Amino acid sequence: MSDQSVTSSGVYVRPEFENEIGAAGTGEVERRLSMFERISNIDPLRKFTILIIMVVIWELYARIGEINELMFPTFSATGTALIDALVNAGLLVNVWNSLKLLLSGYAIGISIAAVLVILAVGSRIGSDLLTTLTAMLNPLPAIALLPMAMLWFGLGPGAIIFTLLHSIIWPVALNTHSGFQSVSETLRMVGGNYGLKGLRYIFKILVPAAFPSILTGLRIGWAYAWRTLIAAELVFGGQVVDTSGQLGAEGSNSGGLGWIIFESQMENQTPYVFAGLFMVILVGITVENGFFRNIEEKTVRKWGMQKA
Amino acid sequence: MSDNAVEIHVRPEFENKNLGKATDVDVERPLSLFERIANINAVRKFSILLGLLFAWEIYTRVSGVEPLLFPSFSESAGALWETILTGEMPTKIWVTIKILLVGYAAGLGCAAILLIWAVMTRVGSDVLGTLTAMFQPLPAISLLPLAMLWFGLGASSLVFVTIHSVLWAVALSTHVGFMGVSETLRMVGRNYGLRGIPYIFKILVPAGFASILIGLKVGWAFAWRTLIGAELVFGALSGSGGLGWMVYEKGENLETTYVFAALFMVIVIGLLVENVFFRNIEMNTINKWGMQR
Amino acid sequence: MNDAATGTAGVSPAVPTVEPILDVSGVTLQYKTKEHLITATYRVDFQVFPSDRFVLLGPSGCGKSTLLKGVAGYMQPVEGAMKLKGREITEPGPDRVMVFQEFDQLLPWKTVKQNITFALMNGGKCSSRQEADDVAMEYISKVKLERFEDTYPHMLSGGMKQRVAIARGMAMEPDILLMDEPFAALDALTRRQMQEELLQLWDDTKFTVLFVTHSIEEAVIIGSRILILSPHPGQVKAELNAHQLGHSDVGDAEFAQLQEKIHAMIFADRVLEDETLPNV
Repeated sequence: MSDQSVTSSGVYVRPEFENEIGAAGTGEVERRLSMFERISNIDPLRKFTILIIMVVIWELYARIGEINELMFPTFSATGTALIDALVNAGLLVNVWNSLKLLLSGYAIGISIAAVLVILAVGSRIGSDLLTTLTAMLNPLPAIALLPMAMLWFGLGPGAIIFTLLHSIIWPVALNTHSGFQSVSETLRMVGGNYGLKGLRYIFKILVPAAFPSILTGLRIGWAYAWRTLIAAELVFGGQVVDTSGQLGAEGSNSGGLGWIIFESQMENQTPYVFAGLFMVILVGITVENGFFRNIEEKTVRKWGMQKA
Repeated sequence: MSDNAVEIHVRPEFENKNLGKATDVDVERPLSLFERIANINAVRKFSILLGLLFAWEIYTRVSGVEPLLFPSFSESAGALWETILTGEMPTKIWVTIKILLVGYAAGLGCAAILLIWAVMTRVGSDVLGTLTAMFQPLPAISLLPLAMLWFGLGASSLVFVTIHSVLWAVALSTHVGFMGVSETLRMVGRNYGLRGIPYIFKILVPAGFASILIGLKVGWAFAWRTLIGAELVFGALSGSGGLGWMVYEKGENLETTYVFAALFMVIVIGLLVENVFFRNIEMNTINKWGMQR
Repeated sequence: MNDAATGTAGVSPAVPTVEPILDVSGVTLQYKTKEHLITATYRVDFQVFPSDRFVLLGPSGCGKSTLLKGVAGYMQPVEGAMKLKGREITEPGPDRVMVFQEFDQLLPWKTVKQNITFALMNGGKCSSRQEADDVAMEYISKVKLERFEDTYPHMLSGGMKQRVAIARGMAMEPDILLMDEPFAALDALTRRQMQEELLQLWDDTKFTVLFVTHSIEEAVIIGSRILILSPHPGQVKAELNAHQLGHSDVGDAEFAQLQEKIHAMIFADRVLEDETLPNV
């Protein structure tokens, strides 16, 4: 470096320059990915492939490993059993029996939760009462109340619905109430500004504003209720074996899905247990991804209110 | 804007030159003792709890309801005390807690392995996504008949269903949490030269902790419900076990006060885990870091 | 203390014929925190006349937002009275629509248009959906948001959200529009643009507005009359005219002079506030 190129402040001064852009060509600007890359970027396709691979592994494992079908049936045996159960044994009736109980429990449970929350919105005492009740009863697994419920309501749908109610009311009430409480002061004032009061205020302002929380509560309530129902039906199965059969006596179609799983296992028809489990998964996925996902898309996502 | 003067009502200005401090009003005054006590949440809730228990006691005494159907609070509390003294209750609790801890820990371990695979490779991520989508909606308890077939009538069947109930909830939530970690934080992590396992544990885990904690809580809630349920079903079949079995057995024998005593314990354990254990973790992590949603 | 008396004495000669829309006399407002009862304003008097752009100005803690909430009907005074067109204010209502500072004042589950029609229908302004739609569209075009009528609020920028809130407030055609630092959360350029738009809208319809701000410049630009509050608790310090000053006058001698005058008044209280702060 010659001395002339250094300024007094110690910076190396270089000559300026300007380029003619485009004279030298630009190389590749944009190129489509290869067919394989594009296909493998499709999410559902990859997941579906994985599902198929897992099924194949299951089939091979059960066949090559020569596992006793009583312990672990092949996929094909399970599939056959499922079709047989659907066509000949009326598995859908059992599904419907379970869903009927679940839906009535869910509807009643939500109504009770709604009444509790509305009472809680009105006064501090109501709010304290609700939070105390939910704090005490939410951690209590609903299924633990089944023995008492059977004592109070007898061996029948009454006992199951009571247990379901317990599994739904508390998570729904808890989430709705905390959702209401975290509605911003601004939105509350906006509602008051329009002259909205009482129930109109609750349903036109608080409910939509707290909808993300309410939806969470509904989802948890559903998840608990579904689990409680299956467990309750299993316990009833145990009861039936103990007391030689009030539910089973009318034929297998009077029970729900949980009962079918239990019964098939008792009769050592393991493929039918798997078929029952398959239906349980199917119902779960339908409700989760079909029903709740749909509600979520049409409400909190559209409104830009989803958390996270 | 000067032509607006005609539109509006102009009046003379004024100023309070001698504005002093207001002396005949308290700018700020402490509330009365009663108001302050009534503002303490814990006090109000505790009084409500006492009120509820009192109402229960009065109801059973006055209405003369059959104690076999609905025992009074004092009888239930007495039964609880008695079972604690005789050692029956602590034994049952320990049986349940032991299975719960083993199942919970094993479930977390399985979830961690799946998650590490999922973070490292796209195949892993897809496998995890597919598995959780399938098994998360499957109530763990429905696997109990199979578990009994595979593992027999023993604690391992209960551990199996507990693992199943924890695993998918935690894996799903954590995976969602990892995917929600901002690109900026990821780049910061790689900027520090972190990769592989250290990258996961030093960047992704803390950054996605809010989600992970939700997963842990949901996993606990499912595990607790599943285990109590499984013990009930199990009780119906085999006749040995912990708290859930105790609820079932005492119900069968119409020893209702002991059912209520067992239910008390189930609630107490649930409250302890949720309000002491998880609340504490929450306070010391996401609340402290200002990450709660 | 005779400040209340001097306060009224200062206003009363100014009322020859016109009836005030809003008459606040001797209003003391208190609110409770978990531990304390706090007096926010003490015996405040002021009157707002039709087409006033009446600004409540003061440092933080002078109770100006509390005063606005009182006028809106969200809290009741412990003494004194607030009258809107001669009727005592007892509860919130659509005759006093409020525009808040917070961006979340729009209902997130309603589109821009639905936000306005919801207000119109529930506030009792319109009885048919068609009528509400027409009114809503009129005001949406006034704030130049025609392209966004079917957009949900979360897709809008902060400035656009505030415009919707203003359109909503004006569509309700309230007796008085209450604005609680509506531009405080905007960036400087947007804020200036919004101030200009508000003044243009005012030129169109000459609505009455009660505007709360802590920015002296904003007060002088927006306000036709400025009420200055002293802090802890809020008392009327002065009422000044600023109707002759607007955006075009920023930097003028008269503008600077008024700004200086207000600054001096508030600054006197600032010192006092700082001295009392440790006791708070």
